[in-house]
Amino acid sequence: MSLKAFHLVFVICTTLLCLFLGVWTGKQYLAGEEGDQFQLIYSILSFGGVILIPVYGVYFLRKLKGVSFL
Amino acid sequence: MEVPYTDTNRPDTGLYNAKVGIWLFLASEVMLFGALFSAYILLRVGAMPGHWPTGLLDVGPGFVNTLVLILSSVTVVMAWASLKLNDFKKFKFYQGITVICALLFVVIKSFEYKSKFTHHDVILKDGMRVDGHLVEETDEFIVLSHPVSYPAEKGIRERAVAIKEAEHHAHEAGGDHHHEDRKIMLDDIEKRTTWGPWANTYLAIYFTLTGLHALHVIAGALVIAYFWGPGSKMWKTHPEQFANRIEVSGLFWHFVDLVWIFLFPILYLL
Repeated sequence: MSLKAFHLVFVICTTLLCLFLGVWTGKQYLAGEEGDQFQLIYSILSFGGVILIPVYGVYFLRKLKGVSFL
Repeated sequence: MEVPYTDTNRPDTGLYNAKVGIWLFLASEVMLFGALFSAYILLRVGAMPGHWPTGLLDVGPGFVNTLVLILSSVTVVMAWASLKLNDFKKFKFYQGITVICALLFVVIKSFEYKSKFTHHDVILKDGMRVDGHLVEETDEFIVLSHPVSYPAEKGIRERAVAIKEAEHHAHEAGGDHHHEDRKIMLDDIEKRTTWGPWANTYLAIYFTLTGLHALHVIAGALVIAYFWGPGSKMWKTHPEQFANRIEVSGLFWHFVDLVWIFLFPILYLL
């Protein structure tokens, strides 16, 4: 497996981590007391990652079109 | 004598030798970290009810370190892609950022460690427990900053709850407990310890897992820094072999980052 393929595995894992973080921090924010703004910021950042990281993955694949997956 | 298959693929494996070597090495690393992850799970499920601390670690530094490592993975792969596209200047740029990210990770981690080693857990003779950071120590007393006190039998699991309760009470009383240092006479202390790996099972496995991971980060950073600096001369003489070396170091770096992606949620969040 080349670095290109391993990087795609990494992109998938990072997206899943962001999804988990977004849900987890969102739940913490909703369950917590007022004023716990950090949880909300973490949640927004994480859900932003869920969108941006796959977009980056597609960009990366296009950039290294000619490089093998092996 | 020329070492074979450093820049061309072996006919039987279809890969150059270093790539086979790094994957065999990474397989052994998976077993090492896999064993430690298993140890963590078994310790956690085997803990007595109410004796496994959650919410003990500060999520902020862990979150920033996660972002730093994700960024470093992008730059390490961009450095390799730049070589594949014959752009040596960009390679230097991306490789340099990777080294900076690795150093930043280690610096943040060391601050986290320092915070744990200066955190004192004091059990008083009157049955109360005080958590706080040591700011002064004499032959007669110690002074703790950010003190939180609660009944000793509550145990470490209750610490996060106790802090919130203390903050709530201080808020109701119109003050902020974080601004008051607490002086404790040594004669009043039953037992005291710091939050090192000796404090409890959770911190023992925390320091083992994150310490081993940090050693991997340091080792990877040294290799990447070498290829950014003196090792980059090889680009002029053996460009294909140099690109392969960068790919191999990038594979190792990705593995280290993937380990952190699993470590962060299980240690900091769950």
